[in-house]
Amino acid sequence: MKATVLVRPKGGILDPQGEAVERSLRQLGFAVGDARVGRVIDLEVDAPSAAEARVQVERMCERLLANPLIESYEIELQEQGA
Amino acid sequence: MSARRPRIAILVFPGSNDDRDAAWALSALGGEPLLVWHADAELPRVDAVVLPGGFSYGDYLRAGAIARFAPAMEAVVAFAGDGGPVLGICNGFQILCEARLLPGVLRPNASLSFVCRDVSLVVERTDTPFTARCEPGQALTIPVKHGDGCYHAPPGLPDEQVVLRYSPGENPNGSERDIAAVVNADGNVLGLMPHPEHAVDPLLGSGDGALILASLVDAARERSYEHA
Repeated sequence: MKATVLVRPKGGILDPQGEAVERSLRQLGFAVGDARVGRVIDLEVDAPSAAEARVQVERMCERLLANPLIESYEIELQEQGA
Repeated sequence: MSARRPRIAILVFPGSNDDRDAAWALSALGGEPLLVWHADAELPRVDAVVLPGGFSYGDYLRAGAIARFAPAMEAVVAFAGDGGPVLGICNGFQILCEARLLPGVLRPNASLSFVCRDVSLVVERTDTPFTARCEPGQALTIPVKHGDGCYHAPPGLPDEQVVLRYSPGENPNGSERDIAAVVNADGNVLGLMPHPEHAVDPLLGSGDGALILASLVDAARERSYEHA
């Protein structure tokens, strides 16, 4: 099972990286706003079912991959070979 | 009879780089430092613990996020739970936050620039094992050097847990409420971004960091008599 975890700074949390990216994009002439920078973590999870894989990845997020004080996360699962 | 030299553990993670500076400073101030490798599951018999500055695990994921799961950290959690004094400096502060021994989290500096300079601090509390040698409201000059020092407090963090603040206009990293050092509710675990171990000899600029580390040595010595 392939899992992709998207970790984002929570709304309202100052994101200096996002601000710097937004400034650069504007300098390049792009009309953008509200740029936020997060991170993507791709994993291969050994689990008998998608439901079980999701439970495992949620535990990973709570324990290590995200800091719940400042970050939210989303989990996407993809069956192997699908 | 000379005063007992209390034993103080300094944890060493892959990427720690201020462990030896901390050891030198604590030794100069009357302590007996012991370097403890992060993979050790137990602490030697000590009366205080220091988590030093550096870049444990390359600051991967989030600063301190991986180091908090080091085997030695379980022993540090138990030591803190028993009331033992624990001081986290810079990366050590980040690790203590990630380990939930301290509230909040440290994020990239608001400027996104690494900052390395002396800062002026104000002492907010002197009734802690880390600031007992300071005067209330005293101004200290201690250097900072970090890229991830922007303190984000959890909602409702009481002012009583703020031990040091950056002086007005001196905030080097965008920390909320100018917070430079935070103590846990029980008062025995403190984290700070400035580096007291780099300010113990006036020959190198300021000697104000010695007040923090000598307070810790005092607290450790007291604990060593209690647990003798």
